[in-house]
Amino acid sequence: MSNPLRIFVPVKRVVDYAVKVRVNAAKTDVDRNVKHSMNPFDEIAVEEAVRIKEKAPKTEIVAISVGTTKSQETLRTALAMGADRAVFVEVKDDSTLQPLAVAKLLKAYADKEADKPDLFILGKQAIDDDANQTGQMLAGLLKWPQTTFASKVEINGQVLKVVREIDGGLETISTKLPAIITTDLRLNEPRYASLPNIMKAKKKPLIKLTPEDLGVDITPRIQTLKVEEPAKRVGGRKVESVDELIDKLRNEAKVL
Amino acid sequence: MFASTRIALRLTQAGLAQRFYATGAGANTLLFVEHKDGLIGGATLNALTAASQLGGSVTALVAGDAPEAVAQQVAKLAGVSKILTAKDAAYANNLPEDIAPLLVAAQAQFGFTHLLTGHTAVGKNIFPRAAALMDVAAVSDITGIEAEDTFVRPIYAGNAIATVKSGDKIKVVTVRGTAFEAAASSNESSVPEEAAPTAEKPSLTQWVSEEIQKSDRPDLGTAKRVISGGRGMKNGENFTLLYDLADKIGAAVGASRAAVDAGFVDNSLQVGQTGKIVAPELYVAVGISGAIQHLAGMKDSKTIVAINKDADAPIFQVADYGLVEDLFKAIPELTEKIAK
Repeated sequence: MSNPLRIFVPVKRVVDYAVKVRVNAAKTDVDRNVKHSMNPFDEIAVEEAVRIKEKAPKTEIVAISVGTTKSQETLRTALAMGADRAVFVEVKDDSTLQPLAVAKLLKAYADKEADKPDLFILGKQAIDDDANQTGQMLAGLLKWPQTTFASKVEINGQVLKVVREIDGGLETISTKLPAIITTDLRLNEPRYASLPNIMKAKKKPLIKLTPEDLGVDITPRIQTLKVEEPAKRVGGRKVESVDELIDKLRNEAKVL
Repeated sequence: MFASTRIALRLTQAGLAQRFYATGAGANTLLFVEHKDGLIGGATLNALTAASQLGGSVTALVAGDAPEAVAQQVAKLAGVSKILTAKDAAYANNLPEDIAPLLVAAQAQFGFTHLLTGHTAVGKNIFPRAAALMDVAAVSDITGIEAEDTFVRPIYAGNAIATVKSGDKIKVVTVRGTAFEAAASSNESSVPEEAAPTAEKPSLTQWVSEEIQKSDRPDLGTAKRVISGGRGMKNGENFTLLYDLADKIGAAVGASRAAVDAGFVDNSLQVGQTGKIVAPELYVAVGISGAIQHLAGMKDSKTIVAINKDADAPIFQVADYGLVEDLFKAIPELTEKIAK
């Protein structure tokens, strides 16, 4: 039997997926004074790590978040779902935090730890910046294999087999640990944290670091010049019958 | 109204491209060509149009175990000034561990200022890794180019549009295919071709197998007409209703996440923030309520039709034509009457 696995799971606090975002008055960002929660793809990442631990109980799961002080709530959620400990990298302003900087912070933390991770499981993208970059960048920096957009994960000793969602279907790839996984939506159905587990999570260890502690420059490489509302669609025209619909599509929209 | 906005946008983009040429701003762009089974694919043709808008020269990189046939097709594309081929079995399956170092080596040799490809599963997988190896930011899923260093991209599932400026010397960019026209083929094919520089091939992953959904219908990502079903379809068998209609009008079939999660159809059909982004001429949403995440994948369609028995479904707010009716009555009727 191989050594117990150590899994690092980066999680991000984002505007809740159900919130209809609005651009702020200054057109520099969206209004962030709204409900936030853990990025849905990261919940799937935590869930997958916890499922691995359920099969191999000696597995250690370390949840990591980079963000403002409120990101600690997101880490507590990960702890309540089953992570063992948490690492919080505090920044003053997370609106300019970009995937390359996050990937560098994660690498720096992995390098710093005496006990190296065997696996990073990340969400495939955050639903705020929709970048879909951090996992791939981290894999590049660490020079580890990357298994992105995973819909099925099998770990057998040091061998990792992942079914990936690709355009047109699925692809299976295999690699050895250490490796990076990024999660697609269909990988699993995340659990809800129970009240006792939420209480227990409050006692689990959470350490705080800064980018300076990790020696990482997080200066943004990309500047947001402006943020605007998308072009409005004028919808809402109803037709009464299939005949009228066909007529409109043929003679008005001319798409049939 | 919406259509005219789009045309205006294209004219502006064309104007900008002109201006770059006029000022001699010298973008030196590498286009990564996605291909499968000997055919150019992904959003490569659209990314080429974006690359042309940057002005300057466009070098296409074709990597694979047998890149020759694809390179011949690339040579005929308008706007390509040079082709680099990288022939190696390690490049057969688009594994990023091997292709990202190839991009880095090509950039180092030729001093490319921009690296572009489609924002597809392949492009998304490879490009951020290459960017990290070059220590530069990546710009994902651009829908517009304002200047050599300034790009437009949707954020928050398309609910906000950001204009971003990259401060890096090398811009690593993936392009939303539906936001740019596909580049045309030209008659000439006298594009110089040379071997790409050799690069490290760590071969950290092994490709095992793939399962591709076979279909005679047009490709969902590029189809001119798309018919999608949602939870309201009730089961997988009922999708036959949509297939019948799709076959009548030459449409691709898509689905909402609810329909995929319920197991009605394969997840490769999913349209939305986490699935495919489509912008066909006609999008017919059947039994789809219209959640934010679904709208993110289809709201740039030219004409949207919603068929839903719930008159309050949010999809009606974006639909050009809404029909409040039971889909099990409306779809067969539509199929029958369109046939005439």
